[in-house]
Amino acid sequence: MNVVLITIISLGVLGALAAIILYFVAQKFKVFEDPRIDQVEEALPAANCGGCGFPGCRAFAEAMVKSDDISDLNCPVGGADTMSAAAAILGKEVSAAAPMVAVVRCNGTCENRPRITQYDGATSCTIASSLYGGDTGCSNGCLGLGECVDACDFNAMYMHEKTGLPVIIEDNCVSCGACVDSCPKNIIELRKKGPKSRRIFVSCINTDKGGTAKKACSAACIGCKKCQKICPFDAITVENNLAYIDYNKCKLCRKCVAECPTNAIHMLNFPPPKPKVEKPAAETAE
Amino acid sequence: MLKTFSLGGVHPAENKFSAGKKIEALPIPEQVSVPIAQHIGAPSEPVVSKGDEVKVGQLIAKSSGFVSANIHSPVSGKVFKIDDILDTSGYKRKAIIIKTDGDVWDENIDRSDDLVTDITASSEEIVKKVGEAGIVGLGGATFPAHVKLSVPPGKTCDVLILNGVECEPYLTADHQLMMEKGDEIMVGTQLLMIALKVEKAIIGIENNKPDAIKHMTDLASKYQGITIQPLKVQYPQGGEKQLIDACISRQIPSGKLPIEVGAVVQNVGTTLAVYEAIQKNKPLFERVVTVTGKSVSNPSNFLARVGTPLNQLIDAAGGLPEDTGKIIGGGPMMGKALTSTEVPITKGSSGILIMPEEIAKRGKLEPCIRCSKCVSVCPMGLSPYLLSTVSDKAIWDRAEEEKIMDCIECGSCSFTCPANRPLLDYIRLGKGKVGQIMRSRNK
Repeated sequence: MNVVLITIISLGVLGALAAIILYFVAQKFKVFEDPRIDQVEEALPAANCGGCGFPGCRAFAEAMVKSDDISDLNCPVGGADTMSAAAAILGKEVSAAAPMVAVVRCNGTCENRPRITQYDGATSCTIASSLYGGDTGCSNGCLGLGECVDACDFNAMYMHEKTGLPVIIEDNCVSCGACVDSCPKNIIELRKKGPKSRRIFVSCINTDKGGTAKKACSAACIGCKKCQKICPFDAITVENNLAYIDYNKCKLCRKCVAECPTNAIHMLNFPPPKPKVEKPAAETAE
Repeated sequence: MLKTFSLGGVHPAENKFSAGKKIEALPIPEQVSVPIAQHIGAPSEPVVSKGDEVKVGQLIAKSSGFVSANIHSPVSGKVFKIDDILDTSGYKRKAIIIKTDGDVWDENIDRSDDLVTDITASSEEIVKKVGEAGIVGLGGATFPAHVKLSVPPGKTCDVLILNGVECEPYLTADHQLMMEKGDEIMVGTQLLMIALKVEKAIIGIENNKPDAIKHMTDLASKYQGITIQPLKVQYPQGGEKQLIDACISRQIPSGKLPIEVGAVVQNVGTTLAVYEAIQKNKPLFERVVTVTGKSVSNPSNFLARVGTPLNQLIDAAGGLPEDTGKIIGGGPMMGKALTSTEVPITKGSSGILIMPEEIAKRGKLEPCIRCSKCVSVCPMGLSPYLLSTVSDKAIWDRAEEEKIMDCIECGSCSFTCPANRPLLDYIRLGKGKVGQIMRSRNK
C-alpha cells in the first residue's frame, strides 16, 4: 500500500481515538449549568456596566436564576421591559422599579462661586480633594475636573464650558451609578426620574454655617429651614445647615422652590409659568 | 568613598539660602490657633474650654489613643474659642484658639540655658515622659516619638541612628540646631540610647554641612558610644530606610519597619526636644522653621511657637515677594502648596518655601516616553511609571503586587520625569486605595 494511504488511515485512527477519549472525558467532567442562565443573559442589555451591583451581565443572570426572591434585583440600564422579559423566562414576575436618573447637586458655577486659588496638579477630582478643599471658598463643592464624565460609559455626561459643572444628558443616563461612585465629594445622587421626567432637588451639599456658605457661593443652601416649614408633605429635612428633599415623599408641588431665598432648590422639566392675563389694552403682540 | 544609600536617588539643587543664619526667636503672636490634629494618629481631645486661662506649657489637648500625642499651650492667655479653621491639610479642622496675654510659663519648666548632663531617669521613665511632653517626629512626619521608642515584644534594638541629614533642598533648621545646640543634642542622644537600651548611636550628616560634621565630631568625642557618619549628598538620604542602609548597610524587608533590623531613627530636632522634655521639663510647643525662597529678602531660621500664623513668619523674613507663585509648607520635594497665609504653624512645619511663579508652575504634561528614568531614581526599587498607570486605571491588585505600599512618597520620580507626569500624585491615590483594601481584608 502506498505511503499516502497509510498516512491517511493512521492519522484517521489517531483522530478518532482522540475524539472518543475527549467525548468520554467531557461527559465525565461536565459542569452542569442551568440553561436558563444563558437565556436570561440573552435578555439583558450586555453593557456590563455594573449598575446592578454585579460584575457583568452574566453574573447578574446567574444571580437571577439562583435566587429564590428576585424582588431586590434590578437592571437599571434595561429598565422595566428587560426585567419583565428576564423574569418571564424564570416564570416569575417583577414589579417595575421607578426609573432613576443621576442628579448633580451643586450649582457653584464660575459666576456663583468665585475661584480664589489656582489648582496646578493632576487633573483628577480624587487627587485634588485629597490635597485641599478646592479652588473656591466652598470645600464641599464640585472641583470641575471631570472624573465623573470619564466614569460614564453611556455618553450621558459632559463638562459645561461656562459653568464648570458636569451636565447630565437625561435621555442617555441609565442610572448605573458609575458617576456617583467616582465623585469624591458625593455630589451626584441617583434620584427618581419623576412623572414626565419632572423632579425637584436641593442643588447644594454644603454643610458650612449659612453665612460662610453664602460668602463662598451665591447659590448655596444656607440652612434657613424655610423650605422645611412650607412643605405640606414633610418631604424636607434640614441637617448640618443643609436641606434635603426625600424623593419618595415629594409630590412636586414646587412650593419650596419659590420659598428658597438663594434659589438653591431646582426644578427640572416643568412647563414655564403661564404669563399673567393682562387687560386687552396693555397687551403687546410679540 | 563616602557612604550613601544603594538604590536610586536624585540630586536637586541645594539652594540653602538660609544657611548660617542664626536661629531667631520670633515675637510672641497676639493669637494662636493650635490644631488638634498635628501628628500621625488620632486627633487629640481638648481638655480646656472657652474662657479658660492657660500658661505656656500647660496641657490643652490630650492623646486619644496609643498612636496619638498630647498638645501643650504655646502661649499664656485665655482660650478664645475651639473652632474649625483652615489648616495645612487644606481643609477646615478643629483648633484651640488662644488670645495671648503676657508670657507666663508653667512653673515646672526650667528656663535656664545651663546644660544639664546628669541623667537620673530610667528607660521606662524616659519613654513615658517623652509621651507626656507630646513629642512627635520633627523631621516633618510627626510620628509620636514614644510609640517609636516602645520596642514591640519579640523585637530587639541594637543601634540608634540620628537624622542630621536634612536632605530636602532649601531647609536649614536642623543644620542650625546642630551648630547652636550640639551639646544638648548629644545629651538627648544619650537619653534616647537609655530609652532604647542600646550602646551605640550614629549621627548621619550630609557632606554639604562640613562645619556641622566637624562641630558634632568634636562634641561626640566627649560622649560614650556616639559616632558621626558623614554621608554623600543625595536625596532622599533622610528617609529612614535609606539612612539605615547608608549608615549601617542593613536592608529593611518590604512592608516592614526599621525595628525589624534592630534600628530606630530619630531626627536631631526631635532629639533636642527629648533633652528639653526630660532635663528641663519643657513640653513641645515651639520649633525652628526655615523661611526661604529665591526672592525672599531675609531668608531665616525662626524659632516659632506652634499656632503662629504663617503671615507672621513671612513678614519677619521680609514679606511676600511680588513674584510669588506658590507658598509651600515643608520642602520642595515632599512639601505641599498652601492656600492661605493665615494657616498656623504646627509641630510638623519644618519650613515655609516661597516659590516664584516661573519655577512654581508645573511643566506641560506629555505622554510617557518609557525612558524608565523614574525606575532608576526610585530609592525603594519600584517602577513609578507602572504604579502611576495602574493607579490611574484602578487596577488595584496589580498595584499591590508591584509593592505600591513600599513607596515612601519622596517625589524623586515626579522630579525626574522628562514628560512632567504627575507620577507621585497618582501613586498616592493608589496607596490610599490599596491601603483601604488591605485593611478591610484584615478585619
